Amino acid sequence: MSDTTITPDTPAAPSSPKREFRSLYAIDDLTRKRNAAERRFKAYGIGAILIGLFFLAVLAYSIIKEGIPAFTRTIVEVEFALTQEQFDAAEKELFKTKAYENFFIGALKTQLDESGMDVPFDEAAIERLVGKTGGTIREFFKSNPDQLGKPVEFELAASSRVDGYRNGRVTRETITDSRFLQKSDLDIVDALVEAEVIKTVFNWNFITGADSGVDNPGGAGIGASVVGSFFMMLVVLALSLPIGVAASIYLEEFAPQNRFTDLIEVNISNLAAVPSIVFGILGLAVFIQFMHLPQSAPLVGGLVLTLMTLPTIIISTRASLKAVPPSIRDAALGIGASKMQATFHHVLPLAMPGILTGTILGLAQALGETAPLLLIGMVGFVARGYPDGFIAGFTEPNSAMPAQIYTWAARADFAFYEKAWGGIIVLLVFLLTMNIIAIILRRRFERRW
Amino acid sequence: MKFSTLVSATALAVASTAFVGAAQARDQVQVAGSSTVLPYASIVAEAFGENTDFPTPVVESGGSSAGLKRFCEGVGENTIDVANASRKIREKEIKACAEAGVKDIIEVRIGYDGIVFASQKDGPAFTTFQPSDIFNALGAKVLKDGELVDNPYTNWADFNGDLPNVEIAAFIPGTKHGTREVFEDKVLLAGCETTGAFEKFLEAAEGDGDKAKKKAAEKACISVRADGKSVDIDGDYTETLARIDSNANGIGIFGLAFYENNTDKLKVATMGGIAPSTESIASGEYPVSRPLFFYVKKAHIGVIPGLKEYAQFFIHDQIAGPQGPLAQYGLVSDPELAVTQASIEAEETMK
Repeated sequence: MSDTTITPDTPAAPSSPKREFRSLYAIDDLTRKRNAAERRFKAYGIGAILIGLFFLAVLAYSIIKEGIPAFTRTIVEVEFALTQEQFDAAEKELFKTKAYENFFIGALKTQLDESGMDVPFDEAAIERLVGKTGGTIREFFKSNPDQLGKPVEFELAASSRVDGYRNGRVTRETITDSRFLQKSDLDIVDALVEAEVIKTVFNWNFITGADSGVDNPGGAGIGASVVGSFFMMLVVLALSLPIGVAASIYLEEFAPQNRFTDLIEVNISNLAAVPSIVFGILGLAVFIQFMHLPQSAPLVGGLVLTLMTLPTIIISTRASLKAVPPSIRDAALGIGASKMQATFHHVLPLAMPGILTGTILGLAQALGETAPLLLIGMVGFVARGYPDGFIAGFTEPNSAMPAQIYTWAARADFAFYEKAWGGIIVLLVFLLTMNIIAIILRRRFERRW
Repeated sequence: MKFSTLVSATALAVASTAFVGAAQARDQVQVAGSSTVLPYASIVAEAFGENTDFPTPVVESGGSSAGLKRFCEGVGENTIDVANASRKIREKEIKACAEAGVKDIIEVRIGYDGIVFASQKDGPAFTTFQPSDIFNALGAKVLKDGELVDNPYTNWADFNGDLPNVEIAAFIPGTKHGTREVFEDKVLLAGCETTGAFEKFLEAAEGDGDKAKKKAAEKACISVRADGKSVDIDGDYTETLARIDSNANGIGIFGLAFYENNTDKLKVATMGGIAPSTESIASGEYPVSRPLFFYVKKAHIGVIPGLKEYAQFFIHDQIAGPQGPLAQYGLVSDPELAVTQASIEAEETMK
């Protein structure tokens, strides 16, 4: 608006047309245009945020809609007594769990016969209704031999098709008769639901259990792989935090500025951009084939993920060290502190919230990583039980949450697909918790200058 | 300094766990390989853990070739004991094994797997295929009016009026899958021969001698068109299923077990007039099937607890037999199971 200060009798520059003089309160065309541009930009911004929120909502909705069935399960509740003779006979078999299953099916059939249900059924139909139950029964009687001969109330998993029928995945319209389930079986299911033999309950087993074979989706749980992820994160934290922080303090506060340190800096940035699968190949070659560490072990997984997380931590730590004002260092050095004292007593505590946030975000990233685990043998039927003991948690074969989800998503039985979505919910809960911790730490310790 | 003590303490702790881990003897069987065999192996592994006092074996996926490669890395606790494969081990792999010290390999055939062609349940009526149909639809070069031409067909009805007049869209396993090899040998090559394209390829083939010519012709037969009508799926059958779900005209290739688990979404087509089923595959009538194997390192028997027992358990009549859980899931059980059982008992190795 410098034009307004020019006096009227100054001749206008020959190239520009003569300007009119108006009140400052009247909005001229140029101002209107600029204001419109500003409004448009605001609208774009709001639009971008709305699109982002829309996609987030769609994602959250589909995850919850698909994943919720994993948290309920259909059970068959039966009172069932096993005699000592039956127990001994089953223990003599090679396929013991099958023998227990047959006893259970027989007992269930007798019970239904006595209850006088008016829907026709036979043993084969009952076999289709119940899931794999032998393992649970055998385990119970092996650890409680005094219960033999007494009636025991069992809650055993129904088959995955029955489970699907109860939560709407399988309907009378879509079902085709197969050896897994037949249309007529659904009448039995309905009758049993009415008789409260078949129930839908909260699936604690999904949260606490281990992986199961592909024909036993009712028994699959994510608990063991949560433990695997936990031990991996312990290794990542114990290694990457001290190494990362030490490296960045040295580079930021002590290292001379020369070509060599420049080279290191460039390479750290490059390392942060290396695809994670590359670290998996490296891990296989170095940790398993060269150092002979155990296969499929969370220890190796943790080591590989440490390599992947280190650059992230170094970069964020250096950024937060840089953000500490030089006056703090100068003041400390000015009153006679050594460089190390200045760094450790003054700079580092002030940079701590930033370092912790960066570390937690790096850990969250590592928690969700699958690709490197593929190569060190943590994908497949691996998370098949809890480790016994703390040290074993590092060395015994185990899977991790994202690897478990990946495995489930690839299985033929659709029930496992639901489990995969349920697993995603569990994983997201963990990630959200970690991010919330990061936010709280930052809020609490943040200092402004 | 507090900080440095923390660093050295954690470093020490991690280092010590690493050494403990390395020193610990492995007590569970370690299996890797084919993703087709993985479901069966996981069923057996779970049952093995539940029914014996041995720990549950670890079964990793990764594909037949990757599994055999790791199998052939050498002998010792940090190598796998068993490799699952959806094809027979190759000469080259046996040689690589021998060079790394894995000289005694026990081959175990667990049964057969059918490969089926399926489409959306409510989609166009793809109910019967001949190998020639598949070859005409997917071959890179096909025979038209007695001439070899780049595949000109866009719709199924273009070459066979009995098929639905919809655009060709096929989802076939990628080249890293063992399934692809069976598809090439038993469908594309068969179709190539029945349409007469093989003869033409043979005439046009260059090379020294009949053998090289035949090889070149076979190679030409199994090359798949690259104009987007045929899509390689490198992932699992679930990915193929997702593609079929979103494309009503799509035809996908699945394992029999996978199809049987998803009959509410898919319908299957007959091949050469035979409907795929465990019976038609066991009798050998259905043309597209293959044996499934696993390979055991003999040197590990007696070192890794439960290894021989695992192999015996796997092919026991109650497990791999026609009434067992594997057949229940979709494996076509091997009629000659008794021979395999005897060979494991005697620890017979491959020649």
